[in-house]
Amino acid sequence: MWQTFGFEFVNFYFIPGLVVGCIYALGAIGITLTFGILRFANFAHGEVMMIGAYFTWTVMTLVKNGLGFPIHPLVAAVPAIALAISLFIFVDRYFYKPFRSAPTIRVVMASFGMMLVIRSFVQSVWGPNQLTFVPGIARPNETVKSFTNSFDMMILMPNKHFWIIAGTFVIMLALSWLLTKTKIGKGMRAVSDSPELAKVSGIDVEIIIRATWIVGGFCAVAAGVFLVMDLQMLETTMGFRMLLPMFAAAILGGIGRPFGAVVGGLVIGLAEELSVYPWLGNGPLLSPGYKTGVAFAIMIVMLVLRPSGLFKGRLF
Amino acid sequence: MSSLPTLEINDLFAGYGETEILKSINISVEPAQTVAIIGPNGAGKSTVIKSVLGLVNVRGGKINLNGQDIIGIAPDEAIRQGISYVPQTHNVFPNLSVLENLEMGAWTRKTGIKERIDEMFTLFPDLQVKKSKIAGSLSGGQRQMVAMAKALMVDSKIMLLDEPTAGLSPKYQSEIFQTIKKINGSGIPILLVEQNAKQALEIADKGFVLVDGANKVQGTGKELLEDSNVARMFLGSKD
Amino acid sequence: MDILIGYSLYGISLLTVGGIYAILALGLNIQWGYAGLFNAGIAGFAAVGAYTFALLSTAPNPYHYGGLGLPLPFAILSAMVLSGCIAFLIGLVCIRLRSDYLAIATIGIAEIIKLFLKNENDLTNGPRGINKIPRPWEHLSEERFYTSAPMSWISDSAGWDSFFDQLPNWWWQPFFCGTILVLVYIIYRLLETAQRSPWGRMMTAIRENEGAAHAAGKHVTRRRIEAFVIGAMVMGLAGAMLSQHLKLIDPTNTFDPSKMTFLVWVMLVAGGSGNNKGAIFGAFLVWVIWSASEIFINSGLHLFGELVSNMDISLLKTRAGYLRMVVIGLLLQYILQKYPDGIIPESRPTSKGN
Repeated sequence: MWQTFGFEFVNFYFIPGLVVGCIYALGAIGITLTFGILRFANFAHGEVMMIGAYFTWTVMTLVKNGLGFPIHPLVAAVPAIALAISLFIFVDRYFYKPFRSAPTIRVVMASFGMMLVIRSFVQSVWGPNQLTFVPGIARPNETVKSFTNSFDMMILMPNKHFWIIAGTFVIMLALSWLLTKTKIGKGMRAVSDSPELAKVSGIDVEIIIRATWIVGGFCAVAAGVFLVMDLQMLETTMGFRMLLPMFAAAILGGIGRPFGAVVGGLVIGLAEELSVYPWLGNGPLLSPGYKTGVAFAIMIVMLVLRPSGLFKGRLF
Repeated sequence: MSSLPTLEINDLFAGYGETEILKSINISVEPAQTVAIIGPNGAGKSTVIKSVLGLVNVRGGKINLNGQDIIGIAPDEAIRQGISYVPQTHNVFPNLSVLENLEMGAWTRKTGIKERIDEMFTLFPDLQVKKSKIAGSLSGGQRQMVAMAKALMVDSKIMLLDEPTAGLSPKYQSEIFQTIKKINGSGIPILLVEQNAKQALEIADKGFVLVDGANKVQGTGKELLEDSNVARMFLGSKD
Repeated sequence: MDILIGYSLYGISLLTVGGIYAILALGLNIQWGYAGLFNAGIAGFAAVGAYTFALLSTAPNPYHYGGLGLPLPFAILSAMVLSGCIAFLIGLVCIRLRSDYLAIATIGIAEIIKLFLKNENDLTNGPRGINKIPRPWEHLSEERFYTSAPMSWISDSAGWDSFFDQLPNWWWQPFFCGTILVLVYIIYRLLETAQRSPWGRMMTAIRENEGAAHAAGKHVTRRRIEAFVIGAMVMGLAGAMLSQHLKLIDPTNTFDPSKMTFLVWVMLVAGGSGNNKGAIFGAFLVWVIWSASEIFINSGLHLFGELVSNMDISLLKTRAGYLRMVVIGLLLQYILQKYPDGIIPESRPTSKGN
């Protein structure tokens, strides 16, 4: 069973799907929080994810050239996250805040514009060519390999996949603690539920908005760094390519539902990878070129059948 | 009674955008009083409350809270000043638990949150049992209780209630009025906007009848209940 | 003289592409300006129009299906119809929801269209794209056209050959440009008429009050879908015209979502949404700024390169191109904040001031 079916399925489809799902999940958290709390679809979200990864690359390169030793991307991500969050807050202050009381669609358009501004900015500073954190082939972790092999269920899992799955899990735990145990987190959920009531409850909505950018920015940069670790390449269009699956995940989980977004992200990541598994016959079920279409299809089906998402999110 | 009213509204003009809704309104709430505002639909009853909170454009007149001018105050500042406000609809956070709703009501409060929550559970014993239930899953009447408890989490100087019994069954309606009486009994003055004029006037010390954004009649609750004009306008047709 | 012709031809080509963008902006104006529908997939609808036109009108070739060599007007009409059909399907799903959802879905559909064009090699020739797309007027000098009716009635192939030989090779440019401008004018007139009709007035009412419009129910949804479909058809037309202008289209570079969709938005927002004249004005203005800034930056860089002892400026050139995008993007933000109604606001008696 394992030899004929399991080995290939788990190692080449399921684990990669899980990894992609984790990345989508982290990205979708920010989308769903912004959509729920600030009530608009932030198209620049993917770009912040992308620029965060570029900041990380820059920190890694600077340390390597300046101090002479390489550092792990997750270490370099720390200052990069701070930078990306500052950028998020800066963009909010000067490009989104002027539209707080205007019709929503204006700020959607502003975010659409910021999407291109940020991307073009990165292209002009870092150039349009692909970069990478760590070149070379990622070998499977030997411990995991020999350990699982002793059960005759050999799992080939490179370290990068371990970091991504574990990192996502830790961030989830932290997020869950933040949202259910802290005042600011409960306030975020309250504003997401009803901004009008939040205002007349004395909740300082601007502080909540800032917290939203911080949480969303943190998760977005984490997702961006994980994505670059996974693909081992960094390019300026990666944010835009992530946009659709992230929105699909947010809608699937229900807008304003961070844990819905996590479930949505995992479902879409797995669905994308499993859609190319040879379920029928020998060839992939769906041509790999159409992987991106899976997220879109799931989103459309959701919008038709249940636009409020699996976990009954807000509907606008 | 002290000479200074808790809330004093003088010659108030207010509205949304360019439409004028309130034309010279005069209302005062003395300490520890329950005051009811009644009147037909569109008379501007809720607008009075919203002017106090700074939710509508005030164009003229005075609003004093304990002698202090509060016109143009931001809503969150109004709450910080000790105004407990219960909107008519959407007055709880449906996806937060009862306890979390109370905590959100205490956002501006620095100390004594736990004690205040305990006080609320004594005032609303039903809520203690349901404290970890999601507010959206409660019945309409219980949700109204959560809304009131949540609003009272501040150090209330006055409580503003916007049609608290709208859409509730008669059983819950009287329960809400009993609770309002109880809250007022603890010394908190109440300004109440109601469609249900009869029951509102029964618990009110003072009543104001608004028509077309202006004061029409005023008097004690008892006087208004016995006033034949008021009775014809609001009380007879209802039941 | 040659220089004069050169400049005129440059001007004509500016007008041509500006006109195509004006058609796109008019299409967007129906969706956004009239009905408040946010279409973030303009490039997708244009691509559908361009490919439909290209596949139907090009001569048969061995690399892919299509190349049916059908008459140009038929191919243009088909381009519009197919683009409209796709808009109809998307509209059915998303139009009841708020505009954000439509924006996401249209980004999605544009992406799917791109995937399709890239992957269906047999039909679309994949990433290599389609070339030799016939261009109106110029196509008359192609052998397959002048050897068939109705041109073959007038003269035989040798006659046409010598006739086209004596024309300068740019003879078709003013005609093509004129065709585009006439199309812009016709669409403009049609839209103006539509805006003043009961249909147009209802659209305005719907846009002004989305909430109340939703409450009013089905009728509104239908009107909005109509606006979305008509807008997409106009975009399909623009796509067809663009493919004629370019003669060679491919899925990634021609229909770069950032450039095309974004430029059209900047044009409409700058010109004043809801206002057809504004849309046209915005399209030409932004296109001229866009093209002029390219020339300006490049010649500036050339000068810089020569000053700094023959420095290689090719890298700077690509980066400057991106920087130009940043500037245009910031320009959009500026207009959005300072002129929320555009440089030429919608001229319509309003009750509320601001």
